[in-house]
Amino acid sequence: MEKTINRLTGLLAGAALLGLVTPAAHAADTLKVGLMLPATGTYAKLGNAITNGFKLYVDENGGKIGGVAVEYAVVDDESDPAKATENANKLVKRDEVDVLVGTVHSGVAMAMAKVARGTKTLMIVPNAGADELTGPLCAPNIFRTSFTNWQPSYAMGPVLLDKGVKKVVTLTWKYSAGLQAIEGFKESFTAGGGEIVKELTLPFPNTEFQPYLTEIASLKPDAVFVFFAGGGAVKLAKDYAAAGLKDSIPLYGSGFLTDGTLDAMGGAGEGLQTTLHYADGLDNAKDKAFRAGYQKAYGMAPDVYAVQGYDAAQLLAAGLSAVSGKVDDRKGMIAAMEAAQIDSPRGTFSMSAAHNPVQDIYLREGKGSANPVVSVAAKALADPARGCRMK
Amino acid sequence: MIFSDRTALILKLLGVSALAGYPLVGSEFYIELVAKVLILAIFAMSLDLLVGFGGLVSLGHAAFFGIAAYTVALISPEYDPANLWLVLPASVLAAGLAALAIGLLVLRTKGIYFIMVTLAFTQMAFYLFHDTALGGGSDGIYLNFRPEPRVGEWMPFDLAEGHQLYYFILAALVAVYVLLGFVLRSPFGRVLVGIKSNEHRMRSMGYSTFHYKLGAFVLAGALAGLAGFLYAVLFGFVTPELLSWHESGHVLMMVILGGMGSPIGAMLGAGSMVALEEGFSLLTKHWQLLMGLVILAVVLFLPGGLIALPARLRGLFARGDHHD
Amino acid sequence: MDIFSFLVQTLNAVQYGLLLFLVASGLTLVFGIMGIINLAHGSFYMAGAYLAFGLTSATGNLLWAIVLGVPLAMAIGAALEALLFVHLYKRDHLEQVLLTYGLILIFEELRSILVGDDVHGVPMPDFLAGSIPLDDTLSYPVYRLAISVVCVGLAIGLYFLIQRTRLGMMIRAGSHDRDMVQSLGINIKLIYRVVFALGVVMAALGGMLAAPISSVAPNMGGQVLILSFVVVVVGGIGSVWGALIGALLIGFADTFGKVILPDFAGVMVYLVMAAVLLWRPEGLLGKG
Repeated sequence: MEKTINRLTGLLAGAALLGLVTPAAHAADTLKVGLMLPATGTYAKLGNAITNGFKLYVDENGGKIGGVAVEYAVVDDESDPAKATENANKLVKRDEVDVLVGTVHSGVAMAMAKVARGTKTLMIVPNAGADELTGPLCAPNIFRTSFTNWQPSYAMGPVLLDKGVKKVVTLTWKYSAGLQAIEGFKESFTAGGGEIVKELTLPFPNTEFQPYLTEIASLKPDAVFVFFAGGGAVKLAKDYAAAGLKDSIPLYGSGFLTDGTLDAMGGAGEGLQTTLHYADGLDNAKDKAFRAGYQKAYGMAPDVYAVQGYDAAQLLAAGLSAVSGKVDDRKGMIAAMEAAQIDSPRGTFSMSAAHNPVQDIYLREGKGSANPVVSVAAKALADPARGCRMK
Repeated sequence: MIFSDRTALILKLLGVSALAGYPLVGSEFYIELVAKVLILAIFAMSLDLLVGFGGLVSLGHAAFFGIAAYTVALISPEYDPANLWLVLPASVLAAGLAALAIGLLVLRTKGIYFIMVTLAFTQMAFYLFHDTALGGGSDGIYLNFRPEPRVGEWMPFDLAEGHQLYYFILAALVAVYVLLGFVLRSPFGRVLVGIKSNEHRMRSMGYSTFHYKLGAFVLAGALAGLAGFLYAVLFGFVTPELLSWHESGHVLMMVILGGMGSPIGAMLGAGSMVALEEGFSLLTKHWQLLMGLVILAVVLFLPGGLIALPARLRGLFARGDHHD
Repeated sequence: MDIFSFLVQTLNAVQYGLLLFLVASGLTLVFGIMGIINLAHGSFYMAGAYLAFGLTSATGNLLWAIVLGVPLAMAIGAALEALLFVHLYKRDHLEQVLLTYGLILIFEELRSILVGDDVHGVPMPDFLAGSIPLDDTLSYPVYRLAISVVCVGLAIGLYFLIQRTRLGMMIRAGSHDRDMVQSLGINIKLIYRVVFALGVVMAALGGMLAAPISSVAPNMGGQVLILSFVVVVVGGIGSVWGALIGALLIGFADTFGKVILPDFAGVMVYLVMAAVLLWRPEGLLGKG
């Protein structure tokens, strides 16, 4: 029975240890920002860019947002939804942050939103595009500075119709982001008289595209529209080109297809047209300053994720300035954030009633390792925010 | 043996009292964290029944945890709390039935095959929830309200209140511990342990070893389901990743870290695993590297897990004493 | 499906199956001969892909990268065996699972520390970069056909190595009775080291060959690991021919599953595996 005692001592010691770690109280005149982003795993690079973007704005303003000194609490969410609720609680309940910023993975963001709703914590989503976050799950304290999965794809419908495209095959991973993106495209494309010949999906994260390419070749549509990102996007573009389809059946996609992936695609990404809320070579002063500042601070070019992080800080600044830095005046802050016109590197945007950006979506074309803008595909496009009761 | 059974019982009661007293001193976040550890302890104990007592190394145990979690999320109404006395048995039953169906197939295999087949089945279950609209797809699904333990008009307690939920989870842990104690001391438990050490002999003694193993597999699945149910109730969010094989590997690691073949070891493993992860993630963003190294160290240098540590240390001291 | 599409899909299935075989064969060797279950096998595939990326960038050509990468992978395999896996032979499967699970975490973090979290691509050698037109829209990449040829060559080579050479004889004997082989004066430790290194080389080679038509990205080993498991279980542990048949079966199940039953594409390979196990619990060519 001695064993049992030793075991019990261990248990007690563990429990005592947990009790000893108490949250550090923070001064009332600082803004405590909880950054919950991926530092490891598949989306680590995106998490890093968002963090960089956010901190760039803070550093440009002398370590302050809206005149209030910023203090960070950081958690690596690993893009693991199974740990997401606990991680969000860590920031909200243990570190008692004033605002929760995150994240990339939609499932993780859903868990964060649940915590934010339960505790009425202010939350800003700097990437995750799940339509629900500013749809059925919209809440006064939840904002987004990125996009809905619906937005970039919806803008592509009219573009293809203008090009005379009538029949399209779609292809994506069978997960929420992909399915929502395809829905957005389908909505505008079929409304304009286009026809979706077939909706192809493959299980996430499978990348064996060959059977689908053979099927596309036999269906002979006018064009193919896809939603892929990261490694899967690279493989698709390469396989598509190698199957000889690139010249006969043009490939289009939501902008994540070619963002941060063109180098890895080799030549296969050249000329691919995509739609997104950011592009290279935008002709605005804010973007030029942002790019120069980012390059100087981190020694690399910014991407759309960095912009979204930067704008999360800008949105907060708009809220805090309006209440002259009184972090406790939540109501005033939210009202100011709702009314804000954000001077973003992507161009000015405002907030919809559901708290998602009303923004221009650009048509871009892959050239070298950049996605220069071709035209504005949709001006001030707002997500329909279906199911949101704040409208 | 230095202490009598009575002393041991007193010590166990002290341990439970310490856990029971924790909400009085702990902050909200840590109460939830300890509640999560208690849930993982139930999960680890259920796997230990297979691994430590039945010799069945399953890499698919998370499937049952996840299936129960999805069951409660799916059968609860969206805008009202469900009745605890309906959804709790239903979730545990769903996990048990899944274990029965999967067990009938996987228990036909042995050794490496068993490990890999359980892995493959958990992947199947993962894709079932990930790829279909059944449970909200890859984004997961909310459980908006915690179930109410309503009997007619009477509500004996309220799980919506954090402390009461904590005590409910603690009570479940104690109940599972007691239940496992009974099971392992019963003839069923003895046969199970016999199968682990020599299945051939048990079969020649006339035991239908398949049915014993199936019984253990179903019981373990149902208990994992209880843990999954509590997890869904505690966090209110269920995602396909709960069923992933990484979660299965994670809980297996807890069992080994604590020391298999002992329910207390499984609890200890769950606690230390969470403590290590919390500690390491404060140190570096590459904390998983440290986690990997700890796993290597435990396997190579501490085969019996943490509960064997005192005995090993004592072994060292005893040798030292000898020289005096 | 018309006959032309059917034939092209069959080609897709065979080509995919052969690539799966390449990775799974190393796994089945290490399983069958050494009795080691290695969850880190997918990490070796990833290591191969990253080696191909690094060495192709340095030398300018994938072929040089493979020439340099194979001995490097072999050295890594031998070193890991000497440092870690040698301690596992007398341990049970459970400890092997855990140790190799720990290795996955370590490899993934080392990858992050050493090469970062970017997605990379590897250019294919110029003379293999073309495509053969099959009809007016569809072409077949030469490189994919070349990989298939290489995989068939490796399968035959592996067969000869194990069935027809002295080393192969010792390997086969060692898998049956370790102690007896040792008492015959054969250095079983060296044989195990060679087999393990060979397994690592097969996985890494799979990663290197697949790099140009795939992407080199974080966590790329996980998917491959699970599929390799399925292949090995279906084929029967330790059987190289079984792995080949299993890989082709899975290639067909995946390819035609995606086309004919798209809603079940995610679970198709697992359904095939369950069916095989119901029929033969020890796999198609397993010894039982």
